[in-house]
This record gives sequence, structure tokens and C-alpha cells, in this order.
Amino acid sequence: MILSALTLQQASEKLRRREISSVELTEAVFQRISAADDKTHAYLTLARESALEQAKQADARRNSETQLSPLLGIPIAIKDNFLTRGVRTTCASKILGDFMPPYDATAIVKLHAAGAVIVGKTNLDEFAMGSSAENSAFHPTRNPWNLGRIPGGSSGGSAAAVAADECLAALGTDTGGSIRQPAACCGIVGLKPTYGRVSRYGIIAFASSMDQVGPMTKDVSDAACLLQVLAGHDPADSTSSIRSVPDYSAALNGDVKGLCIGVPKEYFVSGMQPEVENAVRAAVQQLEKTGARIEEISLPHTEYAVAVYYVVATAEASSNLARYDGMRFGHRAEAKDLTETYMLTRAEGFGAEVKRRIMLGTYVLSHGYYDAYYLKAQRVRTLIRRDFDNAFTHCDVIVTPTAPTTAFKLAEKTQDPLQMYLSDIYTISTNLAGLPALSLPCGFDRDNLPIGLQMIGKHFDEATLLRAAHAYEQATDWHKKKPTL
Amino acid sequence: MKLTRESVQRVATLARLRLTADEETALAGELDRILGYMDKLNDLDTSNVPVFVDSNDVSEILEKLRDDKVVNRPNTDALLANAPERDKTFFRVPKIIE
Repeated sequence: MILSALTLQQASEKLRRREISSVELTEAVFQRISAADDKTHAYLTLARESALEQAKQADARRNSETQLSPLLGIPIAIKDNFLTRGVRTTCASKILGDFMPPYDATAIVKLHAAGAVIVGKTNLDEFAMGSSAENSAFHPTRNPWNLGRIPGGSSGGSAAAVAADECLAALGTDTGGSIRQPAACCGIVGLKPTYGRVSRYGIIAFASSMDQVGPMTKDVSDAACLLQVLAGHDPADSTSSIRSVPDYSAALNGDVKGLCIGVPKEYFVSGMQPEVENAVRAAVQQLEKTGARIEEISLPHTEYAVAVYYVVATAEASSNLARYDGMRFGHRAEAKDLTETYMLTRAEGFGAEVKRRIMLGTYVLSHGYYDAYYLKAQRVRTLIRRDFDNAFTHCDVIVTPTAPTTAFKLAEKTQDPLQMYLSDIYTISTNLAGLPALSLPCGFDRDNLPIGLQMIGKHFDEATLLRAAHAYEQATDWHKKKPTL
Repeated sequence: MKLTRESVQRVATLARLRLTADEETALAGELDRILGYMDKLNDLDTSNVPVFVDSNDVSEILEKLRDDKVVNRPNTDALLANAPERDKTFFRVPKIIE
């Protein structure tokens, strides 16, 4: 039995029965990393020493405490845009240098309280800006299913680490699809919760009105289990919700009878890979067979989502990234005066895509263009939100493809930013509307690359979303397939 | 609309980014194309549509205001540990007045 290949809950059960210890499990994960990470390059930083210490503590807690979290002793990988005290945090950018966070993000505090083991920090597109993990200032990550393909992005390192069994589960962040699109590319489950469900405190900010933390896991019930620990109000994040957190695992009863599932006609457009469309249509049929009611719906403003997103997200990013000025932390360039220091520090520290987005965001916020771009986009955003509100008056869940194609080749889209932006075409709307959505495997194309099925839920109704996804997963075995590295 | 190199330079100054001549030329073309794509938003009449606000309820936000209390986490040394230059409990920064 290869311990690193277990799901979170399988491992949790073995730990509970004391068939294995967390130290054994953690060592197995590091063994797997030694074998696989030279190929995938999923990690930026490994925290072996502290991980083994945490594993020892978890084993000790199991003997001394009674109320134990299912995460106790479970090795988890963290996208490198979460602050982790004492573990280098780079956001895959040179501008942060060897930044050592003085505190933990709230999500990390919660993982530690549950007794999880932090394996290390995973690669991403610099400042989470990208759809392929190629914008990392360090190195690209490769897709475990085919090393010539991208793992998706921006949480590409976390997705590859989960798919290659280099951890049992991982955390990602999702601003326009950064959890779901890599999950689809790597054949795993990725959940972006409702905006406000999980605290953003200690996440390096990209676009604050859309950034959200979520689980990336080997199956749907692991996602439910991890969300349970992450969800809830945090006084340090004023946008986190005070709504009570339901029991997500209890919601997974396999029953979708009578559930209304909407299929938006605007999501099946020319340009999508035929195998993706076929797999998603087959998944819809499967859900119908399981007892759900299928209804074709319309989300008429879908075609404007990418344009709205790249106005709003870059505007927020240009503002958030103004803090990287070389004064209090990170890289500082040597220059003759203060303004020159700022300009050179940022020129040397940021990569091409980050500069492009800062420029775009500064432009759409600048005098003379603010109304035409920024306010216009925020009005169309209202229309996109209303589309979903209308659909959810009669639907419980909406089903779409996660991405128009399976994982593309490395360097295929790096020269064409707009083409790269369009790979987020199906995931972006839910961030604009603040809705929860997940991706789970629903097939493979002829090159044996995974295809992702996206399910979108009502605000704060992750329970129904997870229930529908779990019912589909129970009826299929896509999630059990593993890449051969 | 064609984005000129001068407008790219103006925006770069606002964004405090020193660009090379090559970067300016490349960005003028790229941004022009992306902004051109964004112009499709003008197909829509939004004169009666309000600007988007947070998807959470405003009433909820009022319920969860925290006490106005200084917590000061983390401590000064921890905060200064990442400074490019420090002097005791201060960040050292380049001189701004001659």
C-alpha cells in the first residue's frame, strides 16, 4: 500500500484506527516528493523538518486528546500565496525575495488547530495571475498526466501535487478560476467557496472583491471535509460571513432526486474541444439518470464576463500591488532618489504578466477612463449577477464545462495574453457574482488528459453543490484514475 | 483607438514602473488589443443598471463589526525582520528631502 496515494479520509481512517502514524504518512509523502517532484516541479519550498515535527505532535495528540479533527496528522500542501509563519512565502515573485511571514493566514491557523501537517509551498503564476503556472518567477510546473502540458493555473502547483500524490490534499486560491481550471487540467476536485465563506486574512491580495480560498482534493468528500475546517467568520476579514457553517459531510447523502440542474446554453460555444462538450453532455445525462431534473437555461451576459473580469481584476490588482515599493519588505533596488527607487524596484521585481496587469488596471482607473472602463464593467457585473439570480429562482445547481479545452502545451499561449485570458471563460462569471463552484473529473480526451465538469451553486449553498457533485462521483470512477509518472 | 507609446509612458509613471523601450512598444500593442476586446462592453446599455456592490448583505456587515481595540499582532521585531534596511525600531528608507 502506497500511503501517499490515499485520499484524505482514507488516511484519516487509518490514523484513527492506528494502522499508521502521521510520521509514517508524512515520510511516505516526502518519499513520493523525492521521486515525483523532479518531474512535476509542483513545490517551491519544502518544509520537511517542521512537517515531521507537526506529524509527531499529531501522533501525540491522538493519544492524549478525544475531540479530534479528521485533518489530524494529514499532510497538506499550501499554495505559496498563503502567509505561513517561518516558512518562506514568495507568491512566485522575485519582488518578495525571501520573505518570511511574521504570522499565519487564518486558513493556516485553522489547519494547525486541526492538527494538519504542512508539507510545503506550491508553485503558482506570479501573484496568482495566470492560467498555466508558467508565469512563476522560479519555474513552470508540469502536468502529471503529461509532462509536456501545463497543469493549469494559477494554483498549478497545488493541483499537480494532489494529482501526483505529493500530498493528500492542498489549499488553493481562486480569483477567476485559479482553483477550478487547474483541478480540471490535473483531474482532481477543486472547490471555490462563496465569496465570504472562508477568511482571506493572510492571503496575498490579488483582486480583493473576488479572491477566495478553497480545497483541492482527490475526491468530493475530501473537499467537504477540508471546507468544514476552513469555513467560518474571521474578525480579521470584514468580508467573511457570520452565517453558520453547515455539516458538509452530512450533506453527501447521494440523493439528487428532484434537484433541478440548469445547463446554460451560452456555455456550449464554438471553439470548445468536442471531447470536452461530449464528456460534459454525458455527465448531464448521468445526473439525469441519478434522478436530477435537467433544464436548459440562459445566462445572457456570459460573453461579457471575460471583459468585465479583466477590467475589475486588474484595477484591484494595480491598487493591491502598489504596496510593493521596496520600503518595508522584499526587494529594493538602488537608485538616486525615492521615485526612481520605486520604479526600479518594481521593474526588477515584477514579471511580464504582472506588469501587464498593473498597467491595464492603472489605465482603466486613470482620469478620463474610469467611467468608460471601470464603472462600465461594474455595471455589467451587476447584470451577470442578475443572470445567476434569475437562474437560481428555479435551479439548484448549474452544470458547465470547467474549461473549453483540456490542458494545453507549455508555451502554447504565453505569447498571446488574450488567448490565455480566454481559458478562464467558464470560471470567471462565478467570481464576479460571488458564487460557489467546483470542478470534478468527468472524462478524458484522446490524449488521456482529464476533462473537468464545473458545478455552480447558490450563494452559501456549498452543501447542495457538494451533494450533487458527490452523487455524480459515486456513479462514475473518473476520480479513481491516476497518472503514471 | 490606438494606444500610443506616450500614453503607455504616462500610465507607467502613474504605476511607478520603469519600462524599457522594448517593453513600451510591446505593451502598447498588447494593451491596445486587450482594451479593444473590452470595448464590447459598450454594446450594452447600462444607463439604468447600478454599479455592483459586495455580494454580502450590508445588514450582515453591520452585525459583525469588531470592537475598536488595538491588538498589535505581530510584534515590532517580527514586522521589521523583512525590512531591506532597518535602524533599531524603524524602517530605513531613501532620503526624500535634499
